[in-house]
Amino acid sequence: MGGHMMNRKSRSFLRAILSFAWREKGRRAAWRMRLAAMACLACMSLSAQAVLGPGVLAGFAGDFSSRIAAIEALGVEGGETARRVLDALEAGRLGVIGERVVIVGEEGVCDAASGEALPDVPETPVETVTVNNRVRRALANARAAFALGGEDAAARLAAAHTLGEAASPAWLPLFERALAGEKDEAVRGALVLAAARVNLSSADPAVRRQAAQDLGVSPDAAVRNLLAGLLAKSGEGTAAAWVEPDAGVREAAAASLRAIDRRIALAETAGTVFTGLSLGSILLLAALGLAITYGVMGVINMAHGELLMIGAYATFVVQGVFRQYFPEWIDAYIIAAIPVAFLAAALTGVAMERLVLRHLYGRPLESLLATWGLSLVLIQAARVTFGPQNLELANPGWMSGGLGLAAGVVLPFNRIVIVFFAALVLLLIWLTMQKTRLGMFVRAVTQNRAMAGCVGVPTARVDTLAFAIGAGVAGLGGAALSQIANVGPAMGQGYIVDAFMVVVLGGVGQLAGAVWAALGLGIVSKFLEGLAGAVIAKILVLLFIIIFIQKRPQGIFALKGRFADD
Amino acid sequence: MRTPLSLRCLQSLPRGGWIALAAFAAVAWIGVPLAHLALPEGHPLHIPAYTVSLSGKILCYMTVAVAMDLVWGVAGVLSLGHGLFFALGGYAFGMYLMRQIGRDGSYGADLPDFMVFLDWKELPWYWIGSDAFLWAAFLAMALPGAVAFVFGWFAFRSRIKGVYFSIITQALTYAAMLLFFRNETGFGGNNGFTDFKRILGFDITAPQTRAVLFALSATLLTACLMLGRYLIASRFGRVLAAIRDAESRAMFIGYDPLYYKLFIWTLSAMLCGLAGALYVPQTGIINPSEMSPANSIEIAVWVAVGGRGTLVGAALGAGIVNLTKSFFTVTLPEYWPFFLGGIFIVVTLWLPDGVAGLWRQWRARRAAVPGG
Amino acid sequence: MQSRRSFIKVCILSASIAAMGAPSGALAADTIKVGVLHSLSGTMAISETALKNTALMAIEEINASGGVLGKKLEPVVVDPASDWPLFAEKARQLIAQDKVAAVFGCWTSVSRKSVNPVFKELNGLLFYPVQYEGEELEKNVFYTGAAPNQQAIPAVEYLMSEEGGGAKRFVLLGTDYVYPRTTNKILRAFLKSKGVAEADILETYTPFGHSDYQTIIADIKKFASAGKKTAVVSTINGDSNVPFYKELGNAGLKATDVPVVAFSVGEEELRGVDTKPLVGHLASWNYFMSLKNPQNETFIGKYKAWAKKNGVPNADSVVTNDPMEATYVGLHIWKQAVEKAGSTDTDKVIAALSGQTFKSPSGFTLTMDKTNHHLHKPVFIGEVRADGQFDVVWKTKAPIRAQPWSPFIPGNESKQGL
Repeated sequence: MGGHMMNRKSRSFLRAILSFAWREKGRRAAWRMRLAAMACLACMSLSAQAVLGPGVLAGFAGDFSSRIAAIEALGVEGGETARRVLDALEAGRLGVIGERVVIVGEEGVCDAASGEALPDVPETPVETVTVNNRVRRALANARAAFALGGEDAAARLAAAHTLGEAASPAWLPLFERALAGEKDEAVRGALVLAAARVNLSSADPAVRRQAAQDLGVSPDAAVRNLLAGLLAKSGEGTAAAWVEPDAGVREAAAASLRAIDRRIALAETAGTVFTGLSLGSILLLAALGLAITYGVMGVINMAHGELLMIGAYATFVVQGVFRQYFPEWIDAYIIAAIPVAFLAAALTGVAMERLVLRHLYGRPLESLLATWGLSLVLIQAARVTFGPQNLELANPGWMSGGLGLAAGVVLPFNRIVIVFFAALVLLLIWLTMQKTRLGMFVRAVTQNRAMAGCVGVPTARVDTLAFAIGAGVAGLGGAALSQIANVGPAMGQGYIVDAFMVVVLGGVGQLAGAVWAALGLGIVSKFLEGLAGAVIAKILVLLFIIIFIQKRPQGIFALKGRFADD
Repeated sequence: MRTPLSLRCLQSLPRGGWIALAAFAAVAWIGVPLAHLALPEGHPLHIPAYTVSLSGKILCYMTVAVAMDLVWGVAGVLSLGHGLFFALGGYAFGMYLMRQIGRDGSYGADLPDFMVFLDWKELPWYWIGSDAFLWAAFLAMALPGAVAFVFGWFAFRSRIKGVYFSIITQALTYAAMLLFFRNETGFGGNNGFTDFKRILGFDITAPQTRAVLFALSATLLTACLMLGRYLIASRFGRVLAAIRDAESRAMFIGYDPLYYKLFIWTLSAMLCGLAGALYVPQTGIINPSEMSPANSIEIAVWVAVGGRGTLVGAALGAGIVNLTKSFFTVTLPEYWPFFLGGIFIVVTLWLPDGVAGLWRQWRARRAAVPGG
Repeated sequence: MQSRRSFIKVCILSASIAAMGAPSGALAADTIKVGVLHSLSGTMAISETALKNTALMAIEEINASGGVLGKKLEPVVVDPASDWPLFAEKARQLIAQDKVAAVFGCWTSVSRKSVNPVFKELNGLLFYPVQYEGEELEKNVFYTGAAPNQQAIPAVEYLMSEEGGGAKRFVLLGTDYVYPRTTNKILRAFLKSKGVAEADILETYTPFGHSDYQTIIADIKKFASAGKKTAVVSTINGDSNVPFYKELGNAGLKATDVPVVAFSVGEEELRGVDTKPLVGHLASWNYFMSLKNPQNETFIGKYKAWAKKNGVPNADSVVTNDPMEATYVGLHIWKQAVEKAGSTDTDKVIAALSGQTFKSPSGFTLTMDKTNHHLHKPVFIGEVRADGQFDVVWKTKAPIRAQPWSPFIPGNESKQGL
């Protein structure tokens, strides 16, 4: 059984190589390669090798083209050794000493061909083999060909996608053989699509028609364009002829095209709505804290952006701690960072309130000046402590990548997480405001400070706590922002203007207003960006805000009653 | 019987004020130009070009601060978009300065360099007439005035107040900044206008030109202060103060705040525009970053530091903040934001009425001491 | 009464303004002052602070080897705070008040445009270390960064080559301001001359500080699905690069499918990004930190030691990049020119600078052009590695001469020198 597998595997590698040759070198080179590959195959059937021939690896010492040739040759060789060499190449650990190709491992340097350790070679002076995108592509295809014969269904699926995108005629036998033995439905589907893409240029109209039909389930925009190409005419005027001569194929292609177009349109609409929702959730996180602090104290907090910055820096520090002490838990750092970011920003907020803002009640406009000063100080403090550069914050593994819809529309996981996070924060704030005693006090102070004081609400303490909550929420916003944008000393400045727009548009001090305003602005921005480009969209949104405020001078949710005026 | 306007103007300042004014005019018109032009370099009293243009620039900022104080301090309307009017004035006059370059640009063409680069064959319509000095000077005042009038008409009519008004002025200047950043808008994109050569045919780098620009800036500031004082003291000013303190009550009495606010708002924008027009030839550049929200916030900060509602205080605030900035960016290049930020915090905490308030306090205390 | 006092105050103030500018003490005779004009606060501090550090390091190095003309160099550091008019003010102060012999500074084009008239008027000397859009040549400015033909055009040529993937369709993506607009205009003309159709070029811009690249990435994907090999040329500026690359990584746009080549992204900018998903994307520069040669090792070693000694935050992980190398080269060729001229007189130094050569950390000997004030520079194309450094995948055989006036812009044919 093992021998049989080996044989099948190695033959599929051969196919893989043929296709490379086809794509990369053109027909003549391909013929040469095919001969060489056949020779190799002949050798291979004689010896189930563990040691690679020295000539196979020599190419890695040459230029990129010879490196690609070497990768192709490795594909022909197949087996564990070849896989190890490719792994090392991908990880940037394949080195060259003179003519000799080596693998730089953690334990030391070993010969790539034989696997034997070379204890007398020091690690540092080894020149590692660099990879460019072309080599990387060849590498990806070679590894996909490996994986297609493997045990892991997920890997086979990925491999079928990778190879399907290349859509080269030389792959066809490989697809067909793989289909014959494939049990997994998803992989089968991908293989059928891959084969259909190739078959679309078959000489037989029946095959072409079947292929055009099969492609109807494709989610790929490239396939859509391929089918649309068939329905075009080449040439001019009366001499114009259909690209696809067979009417039956054209009909099948047109039907598939309609199906794909529907799917793409749906995915794109979903994508646009999601981008708007995502932008809205970010605006909300940036503005929610401001809505609370402004609502309670009427303080124009120009340092609000810096509270976001503090949240993001706290996240960075937590990431550093995890990298240093709990590297195995690194993917969880963001969870640990959430309370830290909240506390760091909340404590800064308390300090700001106690030391400065407390003395400015009743003089809201002066608070503008003081908080502007605070913002200058905080930015420069971050710059002096952490340096002026942006800090690197990696998405944890589970927040990297995205959920693919059709036509390349991908909803990145980090954005999905942030949408839910924003909803969660909102829920918590709402619960705090509506269901707790503190929340009730905060609402009372927001509505009528003097009266609240008269009935025994400790307004000073409520102010401090409300400010702490607002600042803490800003810190949470910072932690979320760190996952999608840059983290640097002046990062908050980029959000403060937008945050103020949201608060004002929603109606000062109105949580519900802030939510509607943030989501509305997010979706409108993204919709306009699709129509008019990012710059014009931004300008239009600003003008929209100005005009909207003319209609509702107190925001979406205006306070009603006597305290609404003066 | 109504007092003639000229007499009322004269009465708006006491005798000492007129003397101080005369002294200031003498320094600006005679002292500084003489010290700059006539005295040789190295003479202890010689004023170098650096100082003249720096002071000229600060005088323009002070004018903006006074204009800002007219709307914020006097009428109680906080604008976070005054940088827009300043920049519009600067751009209007900058267009004239660009046209004055003539064929001395790096492409040697009739059109400004950036238009040659964009392959534009002729001036866009809004550049028509920009080669005439008087039109440019008019535009520097009229353009910000017109923008302010239209914006103010709608905003005040809708009774937008407080932070709502502040934030939409911020949105306005932000939108304008983004618009001016675009190359296609026809104002040189991010680079804006620079590399001016001459003004009314005079070399822009000549010491004489510089001295005249300085003197004009000083004159503008003085005129602004006078006008401001006159307005505050007039009946109009008292109505404005009433509207600031209790708008609804003023309305019940029968005043329509719209026209009062609109007038002072438009006037303030026009003064800013003039200051911008004088600022551009002295600094040699106008670009969209003047419209950034942060710049407009800074204008409000100058006024707050100096003391709101005092006009002279606002001017002082602009001077102090900018001099401090100029000084610290050289002596403490990496730490100056701490000092500047610190000053803002200290001023708000301990000097609620700004520097002008400190002065008043000090005088009040001196008056309280018997025999003082 | 009060108003009189107020007016007196104004007078006192204006007098104090006048007094402020008075020369601050006599020049010390045994030093030569050198101005460093880089933003240490505001939006540009993120990039320019490292250049200030490099300049100080190079000055220290020159002083340690005996100074210039037997005198020590004395750096005068000022902070123009990313405020363009302030750049002009500070430049005037450096030249007229502090009497510096040369100024090393500026990053953005607008800051350079702002100080140009000052240098011309006062006959100062500016060394500008950053790649820029060209279309300028000033007698008083020496450009040690790249002109478009030393960075942008080779990068696009590489993308079109077989090695670079044979791109046939291009997305020109930038921040909406002059450098990207100009570069893209030159590139568009260049692509046209190479037979790329109008429909195969997508030009798109974002506002300053844009942080939401979802729509742009979706557009790129759509554009790339047309069947031809597509590449992205990015002139996105500053902070926006982080959200752009994060989005790129998460949206699954791999370098093997759609490579992105950037002109404003180097080692320093990548410090703020997790580069693992970005492996294979490209940058085009005249220097990379990963270059292996003795000059570069010395340069990196000295900078790291300087950073540690001077308490630069995160001193263990400091990196060097192209504009830093250009600053370093600028200081050294200035020193050589002063020694050749035997004086710091601007005109003599300008004359002595032409043809000056320096063995730079790029491993090549750079020459200051005899007529156009630009360095002859080698071009490297690097691919991003997982550790935030670059692997050089292509380079020119020899330094190439700058064309500040791009031949791809009509009307520029006759202009090449001063």
